[in-house]
Amino acid sequence: MFSLFSMKMHIDQSRTLVLILLTVLLSACVGSELNNPYAQEEGGQSVLYESFSERPKHLDPAVAYSSNEYAFIAQIYEPPYQYHYLKRPYELTPLTATGMPEIEYLNSKGEKLASTANDSDIAYTDYLLEIQPGIRYQPHPILAKDAQGEYIYHHLTGEQIDRLGSLQDLPETGSRELTAEDYVYQIKRLAHPKIQSPIAELMKNYIIGFDDFSKQVANKQKFEIKDISMTGVTALSPYKYRIRIKGKYPQFIFWLAMPFFSPMPWEADVFYEQPGLNDKNITLDWFPIGTGPYLLAENNPNRRMILQRNPLFHPETYPSEGEPGDKEKGLLADAGKQLPFIDKVVYMLEKETIPYWNKFLQGYYDASGIASDNFDQAIQFTGSGAATLTEAMKEKGIQLETAVTTSIFYLGFNMLDATVGGDSEKARKLRQAIAIAVDYEEYIAIFANGRGVAAQGLIPPGIYGHAEGKDGINPYVYDWVNGKAQRKNIEVAKRLMAEAGYQGGVDPKTRQALILYFDTTSVSIDDRPRMNWYRKQFEKLGIKLVIRGTDYNRFQQKMRDGNAQIFFWGWNADYPDPENFFFLLYGPNAKVAHGGENAGNYQNPEFDRLFEQMRNMGNGEQRYRIIQNLQELVRRDAPWVFGFHPKSFSLYHGWYKNLKPNLMANNQLKYTRIDTAERAEKRAEWNKPVYWPLLIAFVVFVLLLIPAILAYRRRIRETIQ
Amino acid sequence: MTQYIIRRILYAFPLLMGVNILTFVLFFVVNSPDDMARMQLGQKHVTEKAVENWKQQRGYDLPLLWNGKAEGEEKLTRTIFYQKSVGLFLFRFGVSDSGRNISADIQQRMWPSLAVALPTLIVGLLVNISFALMMVLFRNSYLEHAGVVLCVILMSVSSLFYIIGGQFLIGKLLRLVPISGYDGGLSALKFLILPVLIGVFSGIGSGVRWYRTLFLEEVEKDYVRTARAKGLTETRTLFRHVLKNAMIPILTGVVVVLPLLFMGSLIMESFFSIPGLGSYTIDAINSQDFAIVRAMVFLGSVLYVIGLLLTDISYTLVDPRVRLS
Amino acid sequence: MIILWTDALIFLLIAVILMLGFYLRGKEYIKRPLQQIARSKVGMVSLTVLIFFVLIGLLDSIHFKPSEDGRSNEIISALDYWATPLREHGEKTYSAPFASYLYSKEMMMLADGTEQWGYPRLQFGGAHLADPETEQVPDILKKALYGWIQGASLVVFFMILLGSLLREPHKRLIVSPTAKAVWTVVFLIVSINYMLVYLSTYYHVFGTDKVGEDVFYQAIKSIRTGLVIGTLTTLVMLPMALLFGILAGFFRGWVDDVIQYVYTTLNSIPSVLLIAASILMVQVYMAAHEEAFTSVIVRADMRLLFLCLILGVTSWTGLCRLLRAETLKLREMEYVQAAQALGVRRRVILLRHILPNVMHIVLISVVLDFSSLVLAEAVLSYINIGVDPTTYSWGNMINGARLEMAREPVVWWSLAASFVFMFALVLAANLFADTVRDAFDPRRGAYE
Repeated sequence: MFSLFSMKMHIDQSRTLVLILLTVLLSACVGSELNNPYAQEEGGQSVLYESFSERPKHLDPAVAYSSNEYAFIAQIYEPPYQYHYLKRPYELTPLTATGMPEIEYLNSKGEKLASTANDSDIAYTDYLLEIQPGIRYQPHPILAKDAQGEYIYHHLTGEQIDRLGSLQDLPETGSRELTAEDYVYQIKRLAHPKIQSPIAELMKNYIIGFDDFSKQVANKQKFEIKDISMTGVTALSPYKYRIRIKGKYPQFIFWLAMPFFSPMPWEADVFYEQPGLNDKNITLDWFPIGTGPYLLAENNPNRRMILQRNPLFHPETYPSEGEPGDKEKGLLADAGKQLPFIDKVVYMLEKETIPYWNKFLQGYYDASGIASDNFDQAIQFTGSGAATLTEAMKEKGIQLETAVTTSIFYLGFNMLDATVGGDSEKARKLRQAIAIAVDYEEYIAIFANGRGVAAQGLIPPGIYGHAEGKDGINPYVYDWVNGKAQRKNIEVAKRLMAEAGYQGGVDPKTRQALILYFDTTSVSIDDRPRMNWYRKQFEKLGIKLVIRGTDYNRFQQKMRDGNAQIFFWGWNADYPDPENFFFLLYGPNAKVAHGGENAGNYQNPEFDRLFEQMRNMGNGEQRYRIIQNLQELVRRDAPWVFGFHPKSFSLYHGWYKNLKPNLMANNQLKYTRIDTAERAEKRAEWNKPVYWPLLIAFVVFVLLLIPAILAYRRRIRETIQ
Repeated sequence: MTQYIIRRILYAFPLLMGVNILTFVLFFVVNSPDDMARMQLGQKHVTEKAVENWKQQRGYDLPLLWNGKAEGEEKLTRTIFYQKSVGLFLFRFGVSDSGRNISADIQQRMWPSLAVALPTLIVGLLVNISFALMMVLFRNSYLEHAGVVLCVILMSVSSLFYIIGGQFLIGKLLRLVPISGYDGGLSALKFLILPVLIGVFSGIGSGVRWYRTLFLEEVEKDYVRTARAKGLTETRTLFRHVLKNAMIPILTGVVVVLPLLFMGSLIMESFFSIPGLGSYTIDAINSQDFAIVRAMVFLGSVLYVIGLLLTDISYTLVDPRVRLS
Repeated sequence: MIILWTDALIFLLIAVILMLGFYLRGKEYIKRPLQQIARSKVGMVSLTVLIFFVLIGLLDSIHFKPSEDGRSNEIISALDYWATPLREHGEKTYSAPFASYLYSKEMMMLADGTEQWGYPRLQFGGAHLADPETEQVPDILKKALYGWIQGASLVVFFMILLGSLLREPHKRLIVSPTAKAVWTVVFLIVSINYMLVYLSTYYHVFGTDKVGEDVFYQAIKSIRTGLVIGTLTTLVMLPMALLFGILAGFFRGWVDDVIQYVYTTLNSIPSVLLIAASILMVQVYMAAHEEAFTSVIVRADMRLLFLCLILGVTSWTGLCRLLRAETLKLREMEYVQAAQALGVRRRVILLRHILPNVMHIVLISVVLDFSSLVLAEAVLSYINIGVDPTTYSWGNMINGARLEMAREPVVWWSLAASFVFMFALVLAANLFADTVRDAFDPRRGAYE
C-alpha cells in the first residue's frame, strides 16, 4: 500500500502538467480544431448541423402538434399537399398528390350540386384525392419480408425482444409502394381513442363517420382498425381516395397539408403493438416510417438525432418559379434539380442559449435564432430603421432573414370578470384605456429588440384580410400621424378611466387604487423584468397590477374555470386563413362554456353572425369587407389588448444556400443546400486555439514550485539536525 | 459478516418504504393526476376525454390510497400508491409521464454521469490529499498560512462562478475545448476535461482543509513523535504513518459517496449538456415529470443505503479491530 | 409598520440571541473561548464585516407602507426608503458602471428632427454632466474623493468622541492590536460605503441590468435574503436537531431506533429532490390560496420562509447525528452517572449536564453551516427551486447574469457585483467560523 501511494504522490507533483499535455496531444489527434464538438468525420457527405432544445415528445404524425416535433416529422412524413416553398402569399401545391383535389358539393340526399350552389344547400363536401404511383416507403424493418413474402419481424418472440436495444438491431429492411389505403388508415388512426390525437375532437365535427368510428373501435387494438371502415373516408382505388365532410369548410384543404394527414402503413401498428417493445422505447413515437426525403437514422433524444437521406425518395424537383425577385437572389439557381441536397442532418441537444450561440459563431451550427442577449452583437439598425447585420457578422459572411410570423401575442381580458369583463360601457372604457396604456411598442423595443410589429387587430400581416396603412390601424388606440400609426396620448386613456368611473385610477368602491390581477405562467427569474414592465404600464393609469404567477397547469385550470382576470397568451396560425384567428373570439368557442379556444369568453352576437358568414367564403371583395367589420367590432369592444406579431430573425452562415423563410411549410430542409468546402475552411479559420495562457500558467506554476522546493529542503535539513 | 449484511439489507426495506411514502405524499399533495395529464398533453385542443385516456394509459385512473370499489385485498392493491410502489421495489420504473420507459433511459444515461463524476472524484481526491500533505509538511511556515488563506478564499466562491468563469475562459476565449456537449467512447474525453477540471477546482478549498485537519490530528499523535524521534525523516513519517492511518476516514468517506456517483451532478451536467442522470433529473423537475422524479428519489435512496453498507464493510477491511455484529 | 413572517422570525432570533447572551453572561466556560475570539484579529475583523452586513439586513427587515392614504399597496423597507433615489433612478436597459450612455444602441430623435442610430444618454446616470466625454473621469474622481473624505471624517469624528468619553480602564478597547485592526476595518467600510452611496446618487456605480434597475441596489437588497437563509434555517433546524439528538443519545432503546430511522430516511433522499418537491408544493398552495398573497412581497416572503423550513428539514440530520454521538459519550461520564445514582430527575440531568456540554458542537456547526447555506441558495435558484424570482438574491442575479456573459460586448457587472458581495459575506463568515471553532473545540488549540 505504501509504495502505491507514494508513487501517486510523485505523479501528482506534475499532474497539472500531464493533464495539460494530454489535452493538447489528444485533441491534436482529433483534428485541427480542439473545440470541435463533433467526433464523427463527415466523410465527404454534405452534413447540416442543427439543434433541438427539448426532446420531441411524439414523432407519431397523428399526435405531434408542436413545432419542435414538426421539425423532424415534416421531413419524414408526407401529407398529400404542401406549401409552395417560394411563392407568396402562401399557396398549396401537391406533394404526393397528382393535383389539387376535386371538390364536389352534395345536398342532404347525397345528390351532386353545382359548384356555385348556395351554402345552405350544401350538406356534404367530397374531397377526391389522387396520389402519384410509384412512391415508396423508406427502408424499414417493419416492412421487411422473407422469401415467402411473410413479414419477418411481425411475430417477434419475447427472447428476441429482450435482446433488442434499438430498432437498428433488426438487420433486415423492406419497403413497399404507398397506397391510398395508407392515407385512409391514418385518418382512422386519428379517430382511435387510444392514439389521443389532439385534433380528434375537432375532426369529429367535420369528417363524416369520424365520431361513430371512434366509439366503435374504442376497445379495439390499434391495428384492428385496418379492416373496419369509416363512412366518410374510402379508398376508391390503390391511388385514389375520398374524404367526405359535413357542410362546406373551405379551410379543410389546409389540414390536408399538415402531418396529421400523412400516410401510415398498417404494418407499423402491427409491429409496434408487439408486447415488450414499449419497454425498450421502441415505439412509433420514436421510430417513424414515412415516404419523405429523410429517414430518422439515429434517435437518441438524450443527445442527438440524425436524419439521413431516404434512398428511395420519389422524384421531386426544386421549384422553378417563385416570387418576383427570387431569381435575382439566386433562389432559382437549383431549379429543376432533384431534391434533397443534403445527405445528413445532425440535430444536437442544446438546452442553454450561451453554448448554442457560441458554437454558432464558431461555425459548428449552421443556423441560429437571436436571443435578446446576443442581439446587439448581431444586429444594428440603419438610419431608416431597417435591421441589418453588424460589421462583425458581415465579416463572417452571415446572412440575416427576417419575417413577421403568422402569430399574435395578446393581453386578454376575461369577459366573465366583474371588473374588466362584460358588455357595459364602463368596462369597455376601462379596457380601451388599458389598451392605450400598455405600450407594446416599448415592449417590443425592450424585450424583443424591436423584433415585432405592434398588432392593430387580430390578423397578422401575410394573412388575407390584413389591411395596411391608415385603414389598418386600430382607431381606438392609435392616431394616424405623419403617415404612421401613433399610439394615443396617455391623457386620452386617463380620460377614458375617468369616464369609466375610475378617476385617477381610484376604485370608487374601496377608495383605493384599483387592483387588477394578471395571471401568468411567467414565474422564472428571466420573466421578472417583463412583469415589472407590466406593472409600470398599469401604474400609468393609477391601477395597481398584481401578478399571480402559477405553473402552466393551474393557469389552464383558471382559464377553464374563468377565474383569471387578465392574461397573456398567444396564437400561432395552423393555416394561413383569417378564420383561424377570428375563431379565437367566436362565442360558441368560449372556454368556460364550451371548452373551446376562446380563452377570454368573448360573446357578441353581431360578431358571431359575421364570423359565420365570413368562415365559408372564398377570398374576395365581400369577404374582405366583412373581415374589416369584424376587426372594427373587436377593436371597439377590446376583449384583447392586441399585443404584437413577433418578427422572426434568423441568422445563417454564408454556406447556407436556398434560404427563404416560409412560416407555413415545415419541410424546408429538402430545399436547403450547404457549401461544405466553404464551411470547413471557415471553421478552421475561426477556431485556432490560444495556447499562450497555458504557457504562462505553466511558468507561474513552476515559479511557485521553487519556493516550495526550497522550503522542503530546508525542513529536511532541520529534521536531520 | 454475511448475517450482518443480510440484516442490513432487511433494515433497508422500512427505510425505502419511508422514502417512498414521503415522496408519494409530497407529489400527490402537489399534483392531481388530472394536472399531470394536462401538463403532458400540451396546450392545443385538450379535452376531458383525452385526459381520461392519458390517465388510463399511465395507470393514474385508480384511487390514490384506498379503493372502495374493489374486492378484498384489491382494496389496497388496486390503488395508484400500491401499483407504483411495487414497481419501484422491483426496479421496474415504468413509463415516464411524457411516455418514455424510465429504466431504459436510466441505463443509458447513467454512464455519462459516471464518466464525469468518477474522474472528478478520483482526481479531486489525489489533488486534495497531495495539497493537504504538502501543507502539513510545511506546517507553521508561510506556505501553510498562504495555503490556508487560499483555501478559505476558494471556499468562499460559489461553484456557479467557477462554472461560468471556466466555460467563458477556456471554452470561449481560448477555444481549447468544446463549450458543451458529449459523445460516447473515447471521444468523450475532450468534453469531459473542462467539467472535471472545474469540478476538481471547486472542491479544492473545502477538500484540502478537511484532509489537512485529518493529517494534523494524526501528526500530533504519540506514535508519530516516536517515529520522528526514532530518526525517520519528515517525509517518511508522513507517508509511512500519517497517510496510512488517515486512510481509514478518507476511505470510508469516499466509499459512502461512491454509489451516489451514478446520480451525477445536477448543475455540472446541465451547464455542459452532458446527457446524464443529473440533467435527466433537472429536466424532470422543470417539466414536472413526477414519474421520473419519484424513480430518481428512490434510486438515490437505494444507492445511499448501499453506500452505508459499503462503508461498514470497508471499515472491517481497513481496520481489523472493527468487527461487525 | 408591517411585519412579514421572516421579519418576525428575525426579531425572534435576535431576541433569542440576546436572551442567551444574558443567560451566559459571566459563565466561566463560555468566557474563556469568547476571550480567545476577542483576541483573534481575523476573527474580530470578520465579525465586524458580518455585523455590517447584519445591520443592512436588519434595516431591510423593517417593512412599512410608505403612504397611508392607500393610494398604493406597495410595501417597502427602511432600506428601500433610504435608498429611494437608487430604487427610482431606473434606466431603460443595460448601462455600464459609471456610464452616462446606454449600453445598447437605439433609434434616437435628434434636435433637428432626424433620427439616428446610436447610444442615448442615460436618464439619471451622469445626467448632471454637460459633456460626458471630457468631464466624466475628473468628475467621478472628484466626487469619489469628496465622498470618501466626508465618510472618513465622520468615522474619525466618532472615534475621537469615543476616545475622549472612554475612561482609562476601557482605553484598551481602542489601543489593543485587535482593536486597532477592527477600527481600521470600520474606518474602511464606512468611508468606502459612504463614498459609494454618495457616488450612487450621481452614477450607477455597478451599472444597471436589463430593465435598467440599479445593480448596486440589487446587490444590497440581496444581503437580507442571504442572511435570512443562513440564519433562519438554523433557527428551524436547531430545536429538531437538539431535541432528537439528545433524546436519542440519552434514552437509547426504541427512542433511538425511531429517531435514527427518521433521520436515515430523510438523509437518504437526495436533498435537492426533496427541496424541489416541497417548493412545488408551496407554489401550488399559494396558487390555491391567492387571496392571502395579494402583494408580491408577501408571496416572495412566504416562499423564502418555506425555503428556510425545507432547508432546515434537510439539514438537521447531520447535527442530530453529532449530538447523539456526543450524548452517548456524555451519559457514560462519571458526573452523569453520579447524578443518576443520586436520583436526579432525567429532565434536570438533560438540562443541567448534557445540554451545556454539547453547546460547543451546536455553536460550531451553526457558524459552519451559515456560509454553505448562503452558497446553496445560489445553486438552488439556478435550478428554479430557490427563492422566488422576484426576490432580490445573489442566486437570482447570477442566474440572470449567465446569459449576459454570452453577450458581445459582455455585461459583466451583475455577475461582478454579486460575486463581490457574496464573496465578502461568505469569506467573513468562513473566517469567523474558523475562529469560533478554534476557540470552542476542546480538541483544537493544542496545535494552532
